Amino acid sequence: MKPKDYDMTEADVAWCPGCGNFSILRSLKKALADLEILPENLVFVSGIGQAGKLPHYIRGNVFNGLHGRSLSPATGIKAVNPELTVIDVSGDGCMYGEGGNHFMHTVRRNPNITNLVHNNMVYGLTKGQASPTSQKAFNTPLQVDGVFLEPFNPLSVAIALDASFVARVYSGDRKQTIEIFKEAIKHKGYSLVDIFQPCVTFNRVNTKKWFKEHTYYLEEDHDPLDRNMAFSRAIETREYPLGIFYKNLNKRTFEDNLNVYKDEKSPLFQRKFEIDKIRALVDSNR
Amino acid sequence: MTVLSKKDDISVVLCGEAGQGIQTVETILAQAIKRSGYNIFSTKEYMSRVRGGQNSTQIRVSSHRVSSYVKRIDILFALSSGAIKHLEDRISQDTFIIGDSEHIKSLGEGNTQKSQKKSQLEIDQNYNFLEIPLIKTAQEMGGLIFANVIAAGVLSCILNIPKEIFNSLIHDIFARKGDEILQNDLKAGEAGYDIGRELMDFISGKNQLKLSVNLEVKDELFINGTDAVGFGCLAGGCRFMSSYPMTPSTPLQGFLAAHANDFELIYEQAEDEIAAINMALGASYAGARSIVATSGSGFALMEEGVGLAGMIETPVVVYIAQRPGPAVGLPTRTSQEDLNLALYSGTGEFPRIIFAPGKLEDAFILTQKAFNLAEKYQIPVFILTDQYFADCYYNIPSLPLNDVQNENYLIKTNSEYKRYLITQDGITPRGIPGYGEGLVVVDSDEHDEEGHITEDLVLRRQMVDKRLKKFNQMKQDAIPPELIGPSDYECLVVGWGSTYWPIREALENIIKTDPNRKISFLHFKQIYPFHKSVTEYLERAEDVIIFENNAQGQMANLIQLETGLKIQEKLLKYDGMPFSVEEVERSLKKFMEISDTDIPSVMGVSK
Repeated sequence: MKPKDYDMTEADVAWCPGCGNFSILRSLKKALADLEILPENLVFVSGIGQAGKLPHYIRGNVFNGLHGRSLSPATGIKAVNPELTVIDVSGDGCMYGEGGNHFMHTVRRNPNITNLVHNNMVYGLTKGQASPTSQKAFNTPLQVDGVFLEPFNPLSVAIALDASFVARVYSGDRKQTIEIFKEAIKHKGYSLVDIFQPCVTFNRVNTKKWFKEHTYYLEEDHDPLDRNMAFSRAIETREYPLGIFYKNLNKRTFEDNLNVYKDEKSPLFQRKFEIDKIRALVDSNR
Repeated sequence: MTVLSKKDDISVVLCGEAGQGIQTVETILAQAIKRSGYNIFSTKEYMSRVRGGQNSTQIRVSSHRVSSYVKRIDILFALSSGAIKHLEDRISQDTFIIGDSEHIKSLGEGNTQKSQKKSQLEIDQNYNFLEIPLIKTAQEMGGLIFANVIAAGVLSCILNIPKEIFNSLIHDIFARKGDEILQNDLKAGEAGYDIGRELMDFISGKNQLKLSVNLEVKDELFINGTDAVGFGCLAGGCRFMSSYPMTPSTPLQGFLAAHANDFELIYEQAEDEIAAINMALGASYAGARSIVATSGSGFALMEEGVGLAGMIETPVVVYIAQRPGPAVGLPTRTSQEDLNLALYSGTGEFPRIIFAPGKLEDAFILTQKAFNLAEKYQIPVFILTDQYFADCYYNIPSLPLNDVQNENYLIKTNSEYKRYLITQDGITPRGIPGYGEGLVVVDSDEHDEEGHITEDLVLRRQMVDKRLKKFNQMKQDAIPPELIGPSDYECLVVGWGSTYWPIREALENIIKTDPNRKISFLHFKQIYPFHKSVTEYLERAEDVIIFENNAQGQMANLIQLETGLKIQEKLLKYDGMPFSVEEVERSLKKFMEISDTDIPSVMGVSK
C-alpha cells in the first residue's frame, strides 16, 4: 500500500502552517502503508486538542471522543474486536493531564493498542497555556510567573508501571519516527510513543532548533529489555534521548487475558445468542 | 400478651452485627421456607460497615404472595445486644422477642436521645421476651460459630418447617466443608429444633400459626431485583460491562462478572466511572451491547459520557441503583432521588429513555428491552432501581422469557457508508468498524453526515433536528403506566419504580375492608418519555396522591412539566428507608378521610 491510500483529500485541516502535526501525519501514513493495514481495519481513537483532530485527516474508522478519555474507548473497542488495529492519537494535555488516571491504568491493563502522544509542551487549541509537560519557567497568559510545577515525565511513569513498549521520537526526524511507529504498531501489547514536536504558534521556547539541540539518539547498544537502564535513561532531562527505551516481551495483553477469547477468537458482535442457556440459569434459582 | 397479629402472614426479623453471620441464618431460613411451600419475601437494611453496627433482615412468611416491606415485626430474633434498641420503633406488644438473655435484656441500659432510661419492670410488662440459652448451647456444641445454625433451627421449628427439609439444606450448605463440620451443624440444628419446641409449648395457645402450604411455591423462582436485572442483561444480549464498584449497584456487577465466562461477555472493573462509561461506549461502537452500573455520585462522574453517547448516537444502557445523596449520602440506604440526575444528565439536548421497574418480572423485561431500544434509537437508556429493590427477594412463578425478542440493528457497511446520514425518522442504520467496506466515523464535536468535525451552522441545526426527531417514534414505543384497580376511580394513587408493591398491598388492604372505594393505583415503569395515556389517566381522577422516596417530589414535578397537571398531595419519604405497607395505608386513609382504627398502630415503649 501507499501513503496516499490513507489521504483524506477533502479534509479542511485546522493546523497552523509549519505545525509538527503535518510530519507526524505523513509519517503515520507511511508506517501504515508499509505495514499494509487496510483503512477499514483501522480505528483511530482520539480526544480533544490539535492532535485529537488527526483522525479526521487520515482514512480509517474514527472514534473522536472526549478530552482525556481516548484510552478508555480504545480499550473497549479492542476488547470486543481484537481483529481491529487500534491507534490512540492524543496530545500531552489529553493524555498526561485530563486523562492521567486512564494513562496509568491502561498501562497496567496492557491492551494491544498503540498510543501516540503529540508532546509539544504547550496547549495549542486553547491558545498557549501550560501543558503537563511544559518546562519550568515557561511563561503563558495563565502561568504569568512562569511554570513552577515539575514537568510530567511520561516515559519514566510508563516504565515504572512496566509498560510493554516505551519510545520517544522527534517529529522532525521522519525516518526514525516511521520506523518506531511501525515497531509500536507491530508490538503486541500497549505501546507508548511520546512524540516531541514544535508548536510554531504558542511555544517560542521549545522550537525546532531547541529540540535539535536538546535531543540525541539512544546508543545502538542500548538494551530495551533492561528496565533499570531504561528508567535511568528516561529520567535524563538535560538532554532527551530518542528511540525505544523499553520493551517487555513477556506480558500478556488485556485481550489475551479475557476469557471470551479462550476457545473462540471471533469478535463479540458475531457471537450467537442462546436463550436456552439463560433459561437454564434462571431455572437454577428455583 | 396478645397473639401474633396475622397468623397466616408472619414477619420475622433477624438482627445482629455486621460480620456475625446473620446471612447464614437468612440463607438457611429462606430456602427452608420456600421448600416447605410457604411464600416468602425478604428485605435487608444494613450499615455501611464490615463489622459491628446493627443490620437486620425481614423475612415475611405467608400463605399468600408477599412482595413488600412491612414495619410490623411478629417475631424478632435478636442476635446482638443492640438489636432491640435498633428496632424499638418497630417492636410492639405483639412482637415475640427471641434471643439469648445476653442479647435481650439490654434495652433499659444506656440513655440515648431516643428513649429515656426505663425500669426493668416497665420493659418486662411491655415486651414478650422469650429467652433461650443460645450462647450456652452453642458453646456446648463447640463454639459461638454454631449460634447461627441453632438460631435457624429455632425459627424453622416455630415456622413448622419439616425437619427433613431443614436437614437437607444443612447438607447443601455444609457438606462440602467435610463430614465433621456437617455432623456438628446437623447437631446444632437439632439443638435449635429442641429449643424451638420448648418455645412452642410456652407460647402455645397464644400463637397458633395458620400458615398453609402451597406446594407450587417449592418450584418457583426465588430471586431479588438485582438478579432480575441481571437476567435481563443476558436476555438483552449484553456483551460488555465496565463499571466501578459502588453500593447498591455492585451486586449487578457481581452478577455479570460471575456469569461472564458462561455467557461470553466481558466484565471489566474500570479505574473510575469516567473510564467505565467511555470504555462501554468504545465497546458499543465496535458492536458489543454494553452496560455500566453505578449509583448517584458515580453516575455524576459518568455524565459527560452520557452526553457523548447522545452526540455520537451510540447505544449504552446505564443502570443506576439509587441511594440517598447528595455526595456520599447514606451509602447502604434507599432513595428515589436521582430521577432528575438521570433525566437531565449530559450537556446539550438529545433523546433518552428512562425505566424504573417495580416488580421482578418488569425488571427483567425492561432491562432486556433497554438493550434493544438503546440499539434501535442509538441512545442511552437508563434503568433506575434503588437499594430496596435491588436487595429484596421474593418468590415468583417465572420470568417472561418467552417475551424475549432481540432485534439486530447492525448493518454491514458499503464503501459509501455515512454514519450520520440524515433520514426521515432521524435514525441512521448503524455500522461498526470491521464489518463491511465502509468507514465508521464518530465525533464528539458536531459533525457532518460522514461523522467528520464541522462548524457549518446549517448542518449543526440539521444534526440537532436529526437527533431529536427520534423522540417521535420513541414516544410511540413508550410503555404505558400500569393501572391497578377499577377504571372508574375517583382517587388515584401514583407511584414509580420500587414503591409498586408497598402501595399495591396497602391499597388491597383498604379495598378488603372497604370494597366500594373508587380508588386505583397508577404505576409508572417508564419514566421518560411518557406514554400518551398519562394525561388522561390523571385528568380522570378527582384526587391524586403520589408517593416518592425523595424530598421534592421529582416525579410529581416531572408529571406537571409534561402534562400541566399538578398533583395535590405528595407523600415524600427521604430518611433512607423504603415505604412500609402500614405507612402507605395510614397515609392513604388519612388522605381519603377513612377512620384509622383498623390498622394496629406500631407502638414501642418509647412512645
